[in-house]
Amino acid sequence: MSLDWNARISPTVRAVPPSGIRKFFDIAAEMEDVISLGVGEPDFVTPWTIRESCIYGLEQGRTAYTANRGLPELRAEIARHKKEQHGLGYDPKTDILVTVGVSEALDIALRAMLAPGDEVLIPEPCYVSYKACAMMAGGVAVPVPARIENEFRVTADDLEAHITGRTRVLLIGYPNNPTGAVMRREHLMELARFAEAHDLLVISDEIYGDLTYGDEPHVSFAALPGMQERTLLLDGFSKAYAMTGWRIGYALGAPELIAAMTKIHQYTMLCAPITAQLAAVEALRRGAKYRDKMVAEYNLRRGFIYRGLTKLGLSCFEPKGAFYIFPDIRSTGLSDQEFAEKLLMSEHVALVPGSAFGDCGQGYVRCSYATSLEKIDEALARIGHFLARHT
Amino acid sequence: MNELLSLLEHDARRPLPELAAILKRSEYEIEKDLKTLENERIILGYNTLIDWNKAGTDKVTAFIEVNLTPQRDVGFDAIADRISRFDEVRSVYLMSGNFDLLVIVEESSLQAIADFIAQRLATIDGVTSTRSHFMLRPYKKDGLLTGPKERDHRLVVSP
Ligand SMILES: Cc1ncc(COP(=O)(O)O)c(C=O)c1O
Repeated sequence: MSLDWNARISPTVRAVPPSGIRKFFDIAAEMEDVISLGVGEPDFVTPWTIRESCIYGLEQGRTAYTANRGLPELRAEIARHKKEQHGLGYDPKTDILVTVGVSEALDIALRAMLAPGDEVLIPEPCYVSYKACAMMAGGVAVPVPARIENEFRVTADDLEAHITGRTRVLLIGYPNNPTGAVMRREHLMELARFAEAHDLLVISDEIYGDLTYGDEPHVSFAALPGMQERTLLLDGFSKAYAMTGWRIGYALGAPELIAAMTKIHQYTMLCAPITAQLAAVEALRRGAKYRDKMVAEYNLRRGFIYRGLTKLGLSCFEPKGAFYIFPDIRSTGLSDQEFAEKLLMSEHVALVPGSAFGDCGQGYVRCSYATSLEKIDEALARIGHFLARHT
Repeated sequence: MNELLSLLEHDARRPLPELAAILKRSEYEIEKDLKTLENERIILGYNTLIDWNKAGTDKVTAFIEVNLTPQRDVGFDAIADRISRFDEVRSVYLMSGNFDLLVIVEESSLQAIADFIAQRLATIDGVTSTRSHFMLRPYKKDGLLTGPKERDHRLVVSP
């Protein structure tokens, strides 16, 4: 007798739609000479000094559990780093939790904040986990479309239209995956006043904070006047130090919130892997120059792909952060899904349809430039070939 | 100019259109800059790094420590220049410490290097002694690892 699995899987989980990225992965993985602009992670391997310090730790027998909140020396380095980067003061004893990537931090933050039915404002297009995590935490994800006129920065007016009596949390991610948009101080100030007016908690996913280009450095939401207490700042090592597979990140916030998240973390994860924590200490102590070199390389590619796509007649704004560019493909008459599928099938170039990141991403595609200039050049040539037949 | 140099430092073969696109300048301008850099001897040349042994061609490399008697007015410069001009000599450095010049010589056989040292290098006026070390295996050459190419381990598409 076979079980009725539909009835056995929790309705909360069933309600979460499957990731729009998965389908492309399955087709592309089968292909031989595919050039992928679909990868959301650095093409560099972790700098050697960071890998080496993990190996040394293993040689020294560092194989045990750590404190639930993370190694004290790692928390001390994180506190020092955020002081230097943004002038923010966080107490390593009470305000910092080391997590299994920003992914875990997002999950437990929402679980710690939401009562059933509470609403989370989520500007879109955005990273695929935000909505799913809010739903799985028992909350209601309220997507707020950001507009292309504003280069996909969300405004207080956009948010205002979606506020209800149940709105509790605003979840933002800038520099943005998938659009490459950044928010300057004046844009963030507007959101700060909005959060204050409606007494919202703010989760700010700043995992791409180190990956900004041009003269204006990244501004942390927590560093805005009066915002530190109501902001949970998330950051990690995956993107800036090319450490995606290590699974390590952290959350910074008010002691009461960090304590609540630590409670969930301690019963579900116990601690982040010690190998990754040791590597992360090295990343913060000596990784900056390698990080800066990688950022400089992304910056070259950014200019290259931006001019390349523009020359091909695809309109896009110049991304100022992360390693993504988000061209408008509506001139082809295809939907973003069709565009991505046909491009993959006929030219063997993989990219991700914009609608995977929210309904308002329809008509756009995400291209990652975390790949060599040589491959970007070849991908642009293939896209040019494709466009010649579809416009 | 320095931006152009750092772009070429690890890849002399970057195509002109790519350099132009990155630096947001015309190919003509880049070509002009390259000529200037070459004329001023800031760019000394464009070598290819080759693992000859893997290509099946025998190469022997010796690191030779050389002691010199300095000469009035020119110090070590005249002798160093004289040594540098031999085709067998790949590099010459003036050193601090127990010896004066480090001379790196590359040849097709041990015998050829021995001949070079005995008949040319050691007989130069002002060379007081030489001590040779032979290279057994390279692990890294001018910033490049000699091992196999590292492959991309990433999934083809990820969020
Ligand atoms: C915006 C954003 N947040 C979080 C993550 C997940 O990061 P981590 O590897 O730290 O879990 C990603 C990864 O793609 C991301 O793009």
